[in-house]
Amino acid sequence: MRRQLLSGLGLLLAMTVLTGLAYPLAMTGLSQAAFHDRANGSLLTRGGAVIGSARLGQAFTRPEYFQPRPSAAGDGYDALASGASNLGPGSEKLLDEVAQRVATYRRANGLGPADPVPVDAVTASGSGLDPDISVANARIQAVRVAAQRDMPVDAVLRLVDSHTQSRSLGVLGEKTVNVLQLNLALDGSR
Amino acid sequence: MTAAGWLQLLVLIALLGISTPLLGRYMARVFGGTTAPGDRVVFLPVERLVYRLCRVDPDSEQRWSVYGISLLAFSLVSVLFLYALLRLQGHLPFNPDGQKGLGSALSFNTAVSFVTNTNWQNYSGESTMSHLAQMAGLAVQNFMSAAVGLAVAVALIRGLVRRRSATIGNFWVDITRSVTRVLLPMSIVFTLVLVSQGAAQNFHATRPVTTIEGGTQSIPGGPLASQEAIKELGTNGGGFYNANSAHPFENPNPFTNLLEVWALLAIPFALTFTFGVMAKDAKQGWTVLVAMFALWLIPAVAAMAFETGGNKKLTTLGADQHVTATQPGGNMEGKESRFGPAASGLFAASTTGTSTGAVNASHDSFTPLGGSVPLVNIMLGEVSPGGVGSGLYGMLIFALLSVFIAGLMVGRTPEFLGKKIQAAEMKLVVLYILFVPVMVLSFAGISVVLRTALGSLGNADAHGLTEMTYAFTSAGNNNGSAFAGLAGNTQWFNTTLGLAMLVGRFLLIVPALAIAGSLARKQPAPASAGTFPTNGPLFAGLLASVVVVVVGLTYFPVVALGPVVEHLVGKF
Repeated sequence: MRRQLLSGLGLLLAMTVLTGLAYPLAMTGLSQAAFHDRANGSLLTRGGAVIGSARLGQAFTRPEYFQPRPSAAGDGYDALASGASNLGPGSEKLLDEVAQRVATYRRANGLGPADPVPVDAVTASGSGLDPDISVANARIQAVRVAAQRDMPVDAVLRLVDSHTQSRSLGVLGEKTVNVLQLNLALDGSR
Repeated sequence: MTAAGWLQLLVLIALLGISTPLLGRYMARVFGGTTAPGDRVVFLPVERLVYRLCRVDPDSEQRWSVYGISLLAFSLVSVLFLYALLRLQGHLPFNPDGQKGLGSALSFNTAVSFVTNTNWQNYSGESTMSHLAQMAGLAVQNFMSAAVGLAVAVALIRGLVRRRSATIGNFWVDITRSVTRVLLPMSIVFTLVLVSQGAAQNFHATRPVTTIEGGTQSIPGGPLASQEAIKELGTNGGGFYNANSAHPFENPNPFTNLLEVWALLAIPFALTFTFGVMAKDAKQGWTVLVAMFALWLIPAVAAMAFETGGNKKLTTLGADQHVTATQPGGNMEGKESRFGPAASGLFAASTTGTSTGAVNASHDSFTPLGGSVPLVNIMLGEVSPGGVGSGLYGMLIFALLSVFIAGLMVGRTPEFLGKKIQAAEMKLVVLYILFVPVMVLSFAGISVVLRTALGSLGNADAHGLTEMTYAFTSAGNNNGSAFAGLAGNTQWFNTTLGLAMLVGRFLLIVPALAIAGSLARKQPAPASAGTFPTNGPLFAGLLASVVVVVVGLTYFPVVALGPVVEHLVGKF
């Protein structure tokens, strides 16, 4: 048994060097050389300052910006507390929250009391950092954003279209709109 | 389910159709004992160095008992090393955010969790782990625990195919070759693909930024793509960040999502081909593959359909869950927009059919029936297609049970690959099959009457029962996914879940190796008219049915009281 333990320790140390140090360090070196921006978190800058990551959603509350999905990460979009609400499908808390979000969304976007609201706009995402919203959600918000910014709705819708990511390979996943990049483009078009 | 949903399933099946034979045949050469690709140029020099370092003679072979002792010794050293690393991380380098050492209960739970290939996580990576603990502690065990699984699988195959042999291989050689020739090369390629799509790979500290509206957001760093790659390929599942594969840094887009699902399934499915080649009976490999494939596909389609169908209760509140050209619809609570309900259901079924436990959506927020898919998948004992190695050896144990049952039904001598299955093997098979359910149901049963345990529940009623059952089922079967509303970082859960993981891993590996040893000694009898054929559609059907019936009888009551009651009483 003692010999086995020593062999085990030897192998563990060898593998720690190989898979725990050499492998991640080499991968970081290669990634930094070949995909510098992506390996560093796809950071976005404005006026020289980093204002976020294209991959991570961030909180928007002002009506002149497109708003992301509800978030269960910390107080909302806290990237040090990623995660979902984990509320069950029949949870009272979930149903209360959704009812409230539906009412708020209708009010903010001038919808009638019976108008359906896109489900992604009233449910929290899996990561709490979802950078995207659905196209349906973006199109409804476009009307409000255009009014707030005194822009023609068509111009805002065109921006939504140009920021719509289609499905990967045409069939994988879903069509989405990246909120942070869309809002940056809106500010840029002023 | 939508046309796009079906199409992404087809793309995945096509990828698996390509990888399974290629990878399976390659692994048969790696573990077959003769020459293998890349021997002289790359692998042998590195491996010889490793063997010299741990004073192992690569040409010697081990009896099953010595093989088992080596495995247990290696695992014990691994748990102790990882435990120490987690406790001491505050004093070690590669810790730009100054993370402190973990407490004893959490360190025990986490060390056991990663060594047993479970990767149950009672912590949030982004606020708990230093870069060193992640890469030199957790990720190393991602490699090694998968390698241990592979070793046991090939040892059992050798037991089945060898004649009158006292030995079943050399444990040290098997795990070394698993890492150098299978897991590491695949991980290197997969890491680079992930980074090219937007997964992060750096050594930065957390970076505070001022957002557009003037708030602050802290963007975490870390060498996470390299860990993500082995997390999926090794069916480990422990996320670098708390949100796991839902986190945009870990799984940036639908393309990486599909590749990650493929990576979970690639090695477990390919091992059926390895088995066919080593047994010199390709049909035998196909038979196991078909049984595994059916047990994976049906739940996957079910989960995709249930989640695309949505949550009726949200419809009455005014949420539009229709699938249209401009929105994914479906039950989007706990799901990412870029994946939608179909890709989330597919991931959930695949991560639980393998013993991975990575998640790209919150299983806790699935519809009652959609959420029962991951639960039942884990209950099946992780054989659809199961973890790296553990899926195949689990399924081969079920195959032995199937020939025994078939033998009883038609009055034939139970034989598998010509080897007589006798009392000694059947006792071990029964132990293998009973250990986990007895433990899972006992721990879950005790927990639902303990006030301290009930305080951890995130949801009430039938859903709460499911949450509790899911935790022990997941730990006992070394899956690691959770109905994550359960607050697991307590003394009770850290300890009991840790024990469940240990029992579920090593009390199954020992009987599996004992069966390998016992079968290796036997001389196969030539097939006669009285032999029940184990390589055809009839046996594939029997095998899949035995898995479902054995599990169904064991867990049916608790599934009925959990998800089924929730669905019926909640009027979903």
